[in-house]
Amino acid sequence: MAGLFERMSLVIRSKLNRLLDRAEDPSETLDYSYEEQLKLLQNVKRGVADVVTSKKRLQLQADKLEQSLVKLDTQARDALAGGREDLARQALERKTLAQQQLQDLDVQVQQLEAQQEKLTSSERQLNAKIEAFRSQKEVIKAQYSAAEAQVRIGEAATGIGEQMADTGLAIQRAKDKTEQMQARAGAVEELIEAGTLEDFTAGDQTQLDRELAQISAEKQVDAELDRLKAEVGAGAGQKELDR
Amino acid sequence: MIVRLMGEGQYRIDDELLNQLNELDVQAQAAMDAEDEPALDDKLDQMWQLVRDRGEQLSDDELSASDLIIPPSDLTLEETRKLFSDEGLIPDLPVR
Repeated sequence: MAGLFERMSLVIRSKLNRLLDRAEDPSETLDYSYEEQLKLLQNVKRGVADVVTSKKRLQLQADKLEQSLVKLDTQARDALAGGREDLARQALERKTLAQQQLQDLDVQVQQLEAQQEKLTSSERQLNAKIEAFRSQKEVIKAQYSAAEAQVRIGEAATGIGEQMADTGLAIQRAKDKTEQMQARAGAVEELIEAGTLEDFTAGDQTQLDRELAQISAEKQVDAELDRLKAEVGAGAGQKELDR
Repeated sequence: MIVRLMGEGQYRIDDELLNQLNELDVQAQAAMDAEDEPALDDKLDQMWQLVRDRGEQLSDDELSASDLIIPPSDLTLEETRKLFSDEGLIPDLPVR
């Protein structure tokens, strides 16, 4: 079995041959290859944009989770203040779950960041090589006979073809990674929507909200009662003074 | 000799470095055959490090073909397998 180097080279050469086999005429080969390079450059730009979009989606989710952490924490405090340790515990359990998701998200955002960097540097290299290829292709067309041109085209095309395969791999890996992230992001969104993460904080009246509302209503009633008692007591005292 | 680090760029290296890389290549292949991902990562990392430290980086606009192509160092075993299979991890050229 050949080593990794040899196998890697074989993979690249086979991609390259398909590209070069397309045209017999040297100047046609040059123009065709150049067009394909430009298409690939568009592809890598799109790849960068896709990664950025994905990253933004994850960042939005992270923001949402951050907010739910704060809410759940407040709710746990309120529940505890109301003497409802059971509800406080539930809120804290949700909070722990949300925290774990948040940590995962952070790691994923970092991974996408790395993909973005790689693609951007790939784009830069491809761009520079395409520019070099473009000027060489004009020189070759203008200055060399068909036989000589063939040799020089082979050199230039192999150099750029390698870069094209390299960039193609970077795009493919970024795409795979982005798809994985999208799937995970979708799963987290489902969790949030199904109320697993945000049961207490999402939407209108959740169970905790209702129970907390009840606690605070009871508290308010108690407070009102105390106030009334005080007034009535004070009133009674006043009467006695008047007498 | 010119070597390409897939996803990073090309470097010019001397024969001594080439020998070291060839040794690591044999070990990397063995790791891949044994499906030992940590070992494969380790060998690839070592190759990358050697080339980065001791190779001379080619400028972006150079169109030379490489004598040696080293796969990305952060490739998973699954990706490595796909890379070398008929299925292929690299999209066919031309890319549409």
